[in-house]
Amino acid sequence: MSNRVLMKGNEVIAEAAVRAGCRHYFGYPITPQTEVMHYMATRMAEVNGTMLQAESEVAAINMVYGAAAAGARVMTTSSSPGISLKQEGISYIAGAELPAVVVNVVRSGPGLGGILPAQGDYFQATKGGGHGDYRNIVLAPASIQELYELTVEAFNLSDRYRMLTMILGDGALGQMMEPVEFRDVEPIENVAKPWALTGRKGRSEHNTVTSIYIEADVMEAFNNKLQAKYAKVTENEIRVECVDCEEPEIILTAFGLVSRICRNVMQLAAKEGIKVGLIRPITLWPFPSQTYAEIAAKPSVKAFLDLELNCGQMVEDVRLAVNGAKPVHFHGRTGGNLPTQHEILEHIRTLAGRNA
Amino acid sequence: MKPVFTRTTGLTDKPFHYCPGCTHGIIHRLIAEVMVEMNILDTTIGVSPVGCTYNNYEYFACDMIQAAHGRAPAVGTAIKRVHPENMVFTYQGDGDLAAIGAAEIVHAAARGEKISTFFVNNAVYGMTSGQMAPTTLIGQVTTTSPFGRRPEFEGYPINVSEMIATLRGAVYVERVAVNDFSHITKAKKAIKKAFRVQQEGLGFSMVEILSTCPTNWGKDPVASLRWMEDAMFKQYPLGIYRGQDLEV
Repeated sequence: MSNRVLMKGNEVIAEAAVRAGCRHYFGYPITPQTEVMHYMATRMAEVNGTMLQAESEVAAINMVYGAAAAGARVMTTSSSPGISLKQEGISYIAGAELPAVVVNVVRSGPGLGGILPAQGDYFQATKGGGHGDYRNIVLAPASIQELYELTVEAFNLSDRYRMLTMILGDGALGQMMEPVEFRDVEPIENVAKPWALTGRKGRSEHNTVTSIYIEADVMEAFNNKLQAKYAKVTENEIRVECVDCEEPEIILTAFGLVSRICRNVMQLAAKEGIKVGLIRPITLWPFPSQTYAEIAAKPSVKAFLDLELNCGQMVEDVRLAVNGAKPVHFHGRTGGNLPTQHEILEHIRTLAGRNA
Repeated sequence: MKPVFTRTTGLTDKPFHYCPGCTHGIIHRLIAEVMVEMNILDTTIGVSPVGCTYNNYEYFACDMIQAAHGRAPAVGTAIKRVHPENMVFTYQGDGDLAAIGAAEIVHAAARGEKISTFFVNNAVYGMTSGQMAPTTLIGQVTTTSPFGRRPEFEGYPINVSEMIATLRGAVYVERVAVNDFSHITKAKKAIKKAFRVQQEGLGFSMVEILSTCPTNWGKDPVASLRWMEDAMFKQYPLGIYRGQDLEV
């Protein structure tokens, strides 16, 4: 039997989590991601797992905190306003160094916003979101196949570094259907968790999970430890896709589904004789700054064009990485609107000086 | 010489940091003694709150986790779902449980989570220096109700045990006090009963324990105990609110 099936993004998130060994899911309904809960409600019963509908997003993330501390592979999913509510808990998870997976199927904002796809939560996902000096690993899939693979990977990364991994999707990725090919066996890393709360069961010392350090030196030492860990993640885990970046004139850069519009535009531009490359960060944190710097240094590159479904968020990281070597332009759409191929092509023609 | 009293092995050796006359220490000891007597120290996981006793994970000798303000019942819910064979308790104050955590305690009880909550009610926020709590009495002066709690302005105290007892998932709810020897003995029995209810898998159990806060009440330890008896007992009558006929 073929493992290739046509599935909706939200259901793929749930199936991937179960395949990755997640047996505890806590959620609260919010459009456009609630199908994750629907799928989990029956799927968890099949695998003897738990899907618990919490009384709020706040309760759900604190359930994630508890289950992660108890040593379980655990996930919650939500959408922008719900993710805002989870930020305190996410900060606690970072402060207690617990592994957990959080999926944000982003809708448009601010406030209650709209339920259509957007990328306005880039800042929140990559710059903290909650309080304190912490980081989450942030993954940005661009297809349903990649959504599956990165969801499985998210659990491995979380366990490996005792960190929260966030998958930053959008309303379109969650709602659309695409073929997905499931592996027969998932590459699950089994990481020992001697710190987990299991009951002492003969252990001479009790395990404690906390994120409070009242003494200045102790708190600072802990923060330094976190930063050392984040440096290691930056060294080892950056993922980025570069397309036609050998000798391009113009570099497009985008994450998630927007990158797929870019690919079509690249073909259109090629027909007009404009060489266009694409940088697609897969890890939004750690950010592939080095890749941008190297490509910016190429003599053929005239300019960068950053495309996002927001008013300009990742572009700040792109500009820091390019560091003035080449101009970085921005083109954004919001409210659930997408940039058209024509819009992007027009922008490229201008940057390439082919507008006459 | 024969020792007449020894520190229970349910507690670590770390000395308590509580103010003179505060009854958290007594309540800690009772929970710890019960864990040892029931032989569940090796299987229990406790959830610490935010407040004066945020760090009671350093005192209880079982596995412990510190939870965000008010969220202990959600944290405890998940731990129990991961380890259904273990015993799980939350230890929460009145600000933690009855204000910011009102939703979490109600829903954990309504779901009948097989956890035990020890709810310490001293009618005031302790750690942050004596602000009005949901359980602050009418007329009680606090740093944020300097004219005494006025029902028309600050509203009325919440009787948590009575409220939780209306929920079917709550199998055992009792209010006790730790003001004198006989009440302390009763409190210990209630704590044991809560753990037994959990052990039997019957549902949610909660013991509300009336406690003192001499520092923020502005009273000496003895006067604090008298105020608990004279004022708090009236607003918060002791007794079993759910599970009167429960034999465990």
